[in-house]
Amino acid sequence: MTNLVNLTIDGKACQVPSNYTILKAAESIGINIPRLCFLEGIHEQSNCRVCIVKIEGVRGLKTSCSTKVIEGMVVYTDTKEVYEAVSFNLELLAGNHKFECWKCSRENSCEFLDLLRRFNVDNDFSNAKLFDQKEIKVNNSSDAMILDSSKCVLCGRCVSACEKLSGLGILNFSNRGANTYVGPAQFHNLEDAGCIYCGKCIQACPTGAIREKDEIKFLERALRDKSKTIVVQVAPSVRAAIGEEFGYKIGTNAEGQMFAALKELGIHEIIDTNFTADLTILEEGSEFIDRLQNGGVLPMFTSCSPGWVNYLELYYPEYIPNLSSCKSPQQMAGALIKTYYAEKLGKKPEEIYSVSIMPCVAKKAEAKRPEMGRDGYKDVDLVITTRELARIIRHRGIAFQDLEPIKPYGLLAEYTGAGNIFGTTGGVMEAALRTVTEILEGHSTPVDFTEVRGLDNIKEATYMVAGTEVNVAVVHGGAAIKEFITKLKTTDKQYHFVELMGCTGGCINGGGQPIVSAINQEKYDVRALRAKVLYNIDAKAEFRKSHESKAVKTIYEEFLGKPNSHKSHDLLHTHYNERSFYDVK
Amino acid sequence: MKTLEELKALREKSHKKMYMDGVTRGVRIQVGYGTCGIAAGATPVYETFVNEIKDLNLENVEIVKVGCMGECAFEPTVEIIESNGSKTIYCLVTDRIASEIVEEHIMKGHRIDKYLLSKIKR
Amino acid sequence: MLDRMHILICGGAECKQSNSVEIRDKFKSEIKRLNLGDDIQTALTGCFGLCALGPHVLIYPGETLYSGVKLEDVTEIVEQHVAKGKPVERLLFKGNFDRSKFRNRSELTFYAKQTRIVLRNCGVINPLDINEYIARHGYEGLGKVLTNMTPEETIDEMKKSGLRGRGGSGFPAGVKWEFTSKSVSDQKYVICNADEGDPGAFMDRAVLEGDPHSVLEAMAICGYAIGADTGYIYIRAEYPVAVERLGIAIKQAEGLGVLGKNLFNSGFNFKIELRLGAGAFVCGEETALIASIEGERGMPRNKPPFPAVKGLFGKPTNVNNVETFANVPVIFLKGADWFKSIGTEKSSGTKVFALGGKIANTGLLEVPMGTTLREVIYEIGGGIPNKRKFKAAQTGGPSGGCITAKSLDTPIDFDNLIALGSMMGSGGLIVLDEDNCMVDVARFYLEFTVEESCGKCTPCREGTKRMLDILNRICEGEGTMNDLDVLERLGKMIKDSSLCGLGQTAPNPVLSTLKHFRKEYEAHVIDKVCPAGVCPNLTNYVVLDNCIGCTKCARNCPVGAIEGKVKEKHFIDLDLCIRCGACKTACPVNAISTKPESWEEV
Repeated sequence: MTNLVNLTIDGKACQVPSNYTILKAAESIGINIPRLCFLEGIHEQSNCRVCIVKIEGVRGLKTSCSTKVIEGMVVYTDTKEVYEAVSFNLELLAGNHKFECWKCSRENSCEFLDLLRRFNVDNDFSNAKLFDQKEIKVNNSSDAMILDSSKCVLCGRCVSACEKLSGLGILNFSNRGANTYVGPAQFHNLEDAGCIYCGKCIQACPTGAIREKDEIKFLERALRDKSKTIVVQVAPSVRAAIGEEFGYKIGTNAEGQMFAALKELGIHEIIDTNFTADLTILEEGSEFIDRLQNGGVLPMFTSCSPGWVNYLELYYPEYIPNLSSCKSPQQMAGALIKTYYAEKLGKKPEEIYSVSIMPCVAKKAEAKRPEMGRDGYKDVDLVITTRELARIIRHRGIAFQDLEPIKPYGLLAEYTGAGNIFGTTGGVMEAALRTVTEILEGHSTPVDFTEVRGLDNIKEATYMVAGTEVNVAVVHGGAAIKEFITKLKTTDKQYHFVELMGCTGGCINGGGQPIVSAINQEKYDVRALRAKVLYNIDAKAEFRKSHESKAVKTIYEEFLGKPNSHKSHDLLHTHYNERSFYDVK
Repeated sequence: MKTLEELKALREKSHKKMYMDGVTRGVRIQVGYGTCGIAAGATPVYETFVNEIKDLNLENVEIVKVGCMGECAFEPTVEIIESNGSKTIYCLVTDRIASEIVEEHIMKGHRIDKYLLSKIKR
Repeated sequence: MLDRMHILICGGAECKQSNSVEIRDKFKSEIKRLNLGDDIQTALTGCFGLCALGPHVLIYPGETLYSGVKLEDVTEIVEQHVAKGKPVERLLFKGNFDRSKFRNRSELTFYAKQTRIVLRNCGVINPLDINEYIARHGYEGLGKVLTNMTPEETIDEMKKSGLRGRGGSGFPAGVKWEFTSKSVSDQKYVICNADEGDPGAFMDRAVLEGDPHSVLEAMAICGYAIGADTGYIYIRAEYPVAVERLGIAIKQAEGLGVLGKNLFNSGFNFKIELRLGAGAFVCGEETALIASIEGERGMPRNKPPFPAVKGLFGKPTNVNNVETFANVPVIFLKGADWFKSIGTEKSSGTKVFALGGKIANTGLLEVPMGTTLREVIYEIGGGIPNKRKFKAAQTGGPSGGCITAKSLDTPIDFDNLIALGSMMGSGGLIVLDEDNCMVDVARFYLEFTVEESCGKCTPCREGTKRMLDILNRICEGEGTMNDLDVLERLGKMIKDSSLCGLGQTAPNPVLSTLKHFRKEYEAHVIDKVCPAGVCPNLTNYVVLDNCIGCTKCARNCPVGAIEGKVKEKHFIDLDLCIRCGACKTACPVNAISTKPESWEEV
């Protein structure tokens, strides 16, 4: 039970719990102290010095994000002195910044730009004749992400995010003083630095210093290439968040408008990754039942999260046999697009340009894996993130809010509620359980498995299925992955099926999703709100179990035969490799 | 060593040894051996003292490396403490001057004025 | 040690009438009779100014003043005070005396005004022999504390002594110990900050090399007081001699049983380990130091929480500087009251200064707080060599400011120096003369700070770099008046909003020199001239009329910029001149000038 404290901020009385900081207290009464490096629970080092305030009776200016309230404190957040000091600090940061705002991925979500506007900051320190300009360090050889020091404000949020959320600490400060930069050790190539591409760093970055590889131009080119037919697949999580890019509240289902926007862009062949999510359940469910009944390697691990697959290949390659051999829904869709769908369209695979819209940055690298294609072509030619999609919609001047919702037509756009909940942690597990229990029990089984829902880092449950005790676990985020695997190595408990995701919260919180500012990350439980969208769609869906999907049944009848058939294996299954990093030759 | 009494006994014993209590004509040569002294050239000075005292087979002469005496601008410094209580500090000592000190001061008991710290022209 | 004691007898007219000369002679003969050694100086001095109560005898160290001394009192003074260190109560001067009067003494040497407490054993004992430390009362303080005092009493004594941190903060050590002792935890730590990083400071080095046991003993006393059983000495790797000697000292202390388990049968355990720095000035800041020991990047952390509550590995930790610790054993040996009697009301004890720059006696000296700068610089330091004029004294290194001639009579203590716009810092005292350019000096310190900034917070990382860019331009002749304004505003902002002490004090040299030497800055900016003749772009070398035509300058010029016939006045071609100064050094008659007044002919 914390006490309440009375203080005065800018003349306004305020009563807050005694463990509040001045920053939090001010925000609670509507005073928004400027802030840059503070990211609650992740980075609380008060190093940007932008949130400084004047406290009566205290020398100098103190950071409001780190100073706890005291009874009777008198705080001024906006005196001339404070205003000038904050402006100066911002000016100093601007002096090293390469401003390319019109083509920057953070054009309208840059916290630094917002502050510069707010304080109407001058930019004298960027005059190269008068002031030394910093060396620019760019790390852009990876398939998924770019590090660009010309935009970095050295807030340290990415360093802390990688340390706390992925548990890997890939990024850190190097050198010191004015030569400090952020990156992997020795500024080694990111793809070779043990990074899993979960993108938590991108979501933590207030500017465009860490960003997804921007590949909109490839889509633009393809749209103007008469020789190509573009087929687009969209992941479940995209519809749960894209509305945020156009002013909608967090937790708005913008599915219909999303598809309408794709049409407006000139894309006519639209399928839904939810379809292959359902397909994945059939393939993976059968694989699991096979292992369960025939002494296969257990526990079986899901394999749809490329961030998680990267993690396993890099850090726990000894568990490769445990991974499901199923491709991710994105890659299954890609394979079907280039074979089944191409045939249906009367096109050759090379004439199809397969694009996926993903909440994920790691998918960009997944699509480029050598095994994700055949006969010289790739199953997925281009992966663009939710953010990139929003950007291209904005650039084209399409008024998203005014669009009439549509639903794509076609077999590969059909999905069940189970396929849709893939985007949230526990969703894959629940979808799998719905199908597996019914198959094993031989009759209709309950549809809701609420024990595996929710945002706890590691969730565990046990279900009695056809007389067997099945132990499951659901894990999300790199730090939780490490915790779970460490436990797994020493425990006596036999797990059977484990869902693991590279991102905390699952794909709805993926590295490619709309950026939520630091202050909004405190105000809203973003993951829960977005997950709710998916669960709502599921609750209202006509069919909620993957094996009930008519589309899935059709594809087996017409094309694949049955789960784990030779053709299924050929197109829908893959293999993994042990990987090392920091190979210094 | 566990008690104040033991400590006191050790102190008295060590003090006697350091200041050559009961020794007639005992000499303690302290060479300033902090980094400042070493940088100024205290090592050849120390070695000269050690070698010459050994060659001359002098008894009751101890040569000790001590810390910085403070007058860093005039190092290497050497302090000669005798069992009769007399103390002398020489400054800007070289190996040659060390030899002279051994001959004049240690052997014959004459202070060499021109090398004294107190007499140096600043 | 040089001259162990100074006995000063007032030789003023009144006192002479009262036998001061005979008194002086009697002192000499009594000292000889009792065989007390050659190192006790007796001297007749100028008038003390208390004529009615003479003859006076003033004895250093301790500044004991006797008044109304008669010839027959001398034996008692020699037997009690000189031989045994016990002042003769009945003869002590009872009134108030104005210290400022005691300045026209002409017979003093380097050590007379020093009070060597921290440096008590430096240059006296063999640091590699624990027995010599013990011979000089080593580990007796620890023994007394562990045998006769509780931890609370130990802290009370520390508080009573008034000892303030000598690393630069000036925070009362006893209060810090108390905070740490009050924190509840299963594990606590003592840390000695031996990362002496100020350029020109080497006080801690002297203590660590010359008297390492004093630090070990102090840390053990601290551990007992606060409830810690483990100590770390964080020492910069650039002090290999000190590292080696500390290692040996620790082993010897463990061997003797004054470190380790059950010290002095008290049940108290204490062990000490060394940790080496790796060349970062910022790791002298206590939270950055703690981060470094933890294996993290040496970057400071927010305070609060303070290390006393949450320090090393998250446990309550007490961090103190080497010099602070070196005072501790003596406080417990001689008592807090004794310590408090030295120095000033608010700053008790002494301070070790590393005197450097344009001064005759560079080196280490230790004076009671309250000694004036003038005394330090002129009487102990020997004044400015080569007949040059004093310009400023820089205290506190890269965190401090300059003190000008008009403040030389300020008694040195923590608060006075801050009031002057500088700070005590760790004790570096650099004396500057008329040939130093204050803009260049500020730039030198800022270069250091910019290099050493850890980079964590915006104002220090970016702001000091920009200040340096401006100073560089000013020194190259491309400064503007607006630059001076920016320096001031930027400096104030950096001071107000930086995360740690490095940033909060980095602008001090610039702001201080701007305040006291604004004209010099303006000369650089408006006239494009460096009055001191230092900044190459703003300096011209000119041959004066007293040139004797010896051609030495021309022969020493590396670029052949000097022309002239033998016995005729030479001439420097300023287009070729690279401002190296070789000619000025070579000239035997001081006929080459860089001062702007000599430029009319150019």
